[in-house]
Amino acid sequence: MTRDEGRETRDLDFMPPERTPFQDFWMVFKKNGMAMAGLFILLIFFALAIIGIITTSGEKPLLDPHTVRLPDKLKPPLSKPTIDSVPKENLPYLGIYLLGTDELGRDTFTRMLQGAIVSLSVGFVAVGISIILGILVGGIAGFYGENMIKIGKYNIMTIDTLIVALIDIQLSFPTFFLILTVVALLPPSIWNIMAIIGITGWVGPARFVRADILSLREQEFILAAKSIGALDLRIILLHLLPNSIAPVLVSATIGIATAILTESALSFLGFGVPPPNATWGNILSDGKKYIFDAPWLTYIPGITILFTVLAFNLFGEGLRDTLNPKLRT
Amino acid sequence: MFVFTVKSLYKKLITLFFVSVISFLIIHLAPGEPSQINPLNPRFTKDDLERYRAAFDLDKPLHTQYLLFFKKLFTGNLKSFKDNQPVMGKITERFYNSLMLFIVGTILTWCLAFPVGIHAAIKRGFTFDRWTTFLSYALISLPGFFLAYVMIIFVVEVFNVPVLGMRTFGREGIGFPFTPMDKLWHLVLPSILEATAGIAILSRYVRSQMLEVIGQDYIRTAKAKGLTDDEVNYNHALKNALLPFVTMFGMLLPGLIGGSVIIESIFAWPGMGRMGYEAILARDFPIIITLNFFSAVLVLAGTFVSDLLYMFVDPRIKL
Repeated sequence: MTRDEGRETRDLDFMPPERTPFQDFWMVFKKNGMAMAGLFILLIFFALAIIGIITTSGEKPLLDPHTVRLPDKLKPPLSKPTIDSVPKENLPYLGIYLLGTDELGRDTFTRMLQGAIVSLSVGFVAVGISIILGILVGGIAGFYGENMIKIGKYNIMTIDTLIVALIDIQLSFPTFFLILTVVALLPPSIWNIMAIIGITGWVGPARFVRADILSLREQEFILAAKSIGALDLRIILLHLLPNSIAPVLVSATIGIATAILTESALSFLGFGVPPPNATWGNILSDGKKYIFDAPWLTYIPGITILFTVLAFNLFGEGLRDTLNPKLRT
Repeated sequence: MFVFTVKSLYKKLITLFFVSVISFLIIHLAPGEPSQINPLNPRFTKDDLERYRAAFDLDKPLHTQYLLFFKKLFTGNLKSFKDNQPVMGKITERFYNSLMLFIVGTILTWCLAFPVGIHAAIKRGFTFDRWTTFLSYALISLPGFFLAYVMIIFVVEVFNVPVLGMRTFGREGIGFPFTPMDKLWHLVLPSILEATAGIAILSRYVRSQMLEVIGQDYIRTAKAKGLTDDEVNYNHALKNALLPFVTMFGMLLPGLIGGSVIIESIFAWPGMGRMGYEAILARDFPIIITLNFFSAVLVLAGTFVSDLLYMFVDPRIKL
């Protein structure tokens, strides 16, 4: 009798928790109004970007962002095309210019749709690069930091000293000026921009990962893993990184916002994606010549960038609050 | 204390050396030489090209170029590729213009961010706090150049006054009270724009620092012994919350170059950021490298000063 009772409680002890970690996270996250608004806006923009790819690419796109209609140049938003002077096959698919036209009579709405995927992918690829670099460098500094770098038989310095020095060097560069210089010297291409924004952004994630691993590696569960003979790689990938990923995720979300802003600033200064491809920064940059005649060419991309970046920032801050156990109630 | 100062200075110098090497390499290894900037110019013969390369040391190996570059920089003989003027002279001239913008912008930032941040922390969760939180996120997310154009459209359409440049064109020599006033007016928009992102970030930071201090036990004690709210907030909490901001005095310096490229280009303000942009367009390597170097010096000097200040202000730090 007593034995059965004992077994029963033991079974209960080994029951999985009622909610998965993700459900736990979601319960807290959905109470944060601003973060939910950010997530909602982000989902809308993702949907628009996908619609943009489908409708504006290919041989005969549904909405052609490159169609030039000179009679209809600089039309304000929601205006109708002049049917007499524009060839029938060049009329906008929707029947009106939803967001106006630019100085060549190209439809701003389709150009914005085409640019959406560029802005979003610059953000994601750049941050992906900086996170991979950051985790690699920070992980090495945290886990192997005490090892000496030897040349011959002389101890030069520890790996940690080297990496901290590298971080100091990177932080001494004026980041935007550096990005601008390198982008200007290399041939213009979207991949260069993504790579450079990514390579200059490794410091943030590297510092988070290094600090977290330094404190985690002294804890008992790592000792336990070591004592059953786990390989270093297994300890790093399965035990250390999952426990130190939260601050990296938060800084990644906010990093995407920063990368989108940087890309639009580069496009604005004329170093962005080469024409005729449209990006939000490009449209704004082209529109600056007509700010008094066609202010919508400034307002539309500007407000779109503002909303996207704001959504990423709000989502990131919500993520930070939710993942921080101190702030949980 | 003395040992710490020397050690930290030594570390900063090593960092500076590597920064100078890396910025030199990035620029010299990138494709495209400045001597080929205009290959279509028929007057630019092969002999001219050789002479040009010799004049700017471009025909020597990289490490010799590096040594010569910094020797010339420190002796003041470094010349710009574009117009053969001494680099240091060009930079000092632009430096004062940037400094003016920077000082006005910084005063605006600090005067606005602190009251807003402190008030938001004291009234945590109330309408003021919620609105300033949202507003500061919006300001951080706003592209600076977009805000600049919105303000230009607004100011020009409503007041119908010129905003670009440092002075109104055709109004030179209009006498004492008007010339400085004209200059001051031209300072307003660019400095507001330089301050906006700073206000948003700094006020968030002030708020979180205040909140952290307000949660401490000694604040509860101060309240328990019957002090008024103002005494607790300003004498006990604020003094402790201000500690980290001493270090931010040092962090401000680098903003002098990096933060001003776009704003100075839009407003045609002849400062260092715009000079850097023009130098990049013209592949004027000496100016690009010098600006990079100068900015690294500012960053390192800033962190050095803030380390020292922190030691001075916080008696708990002993080295």
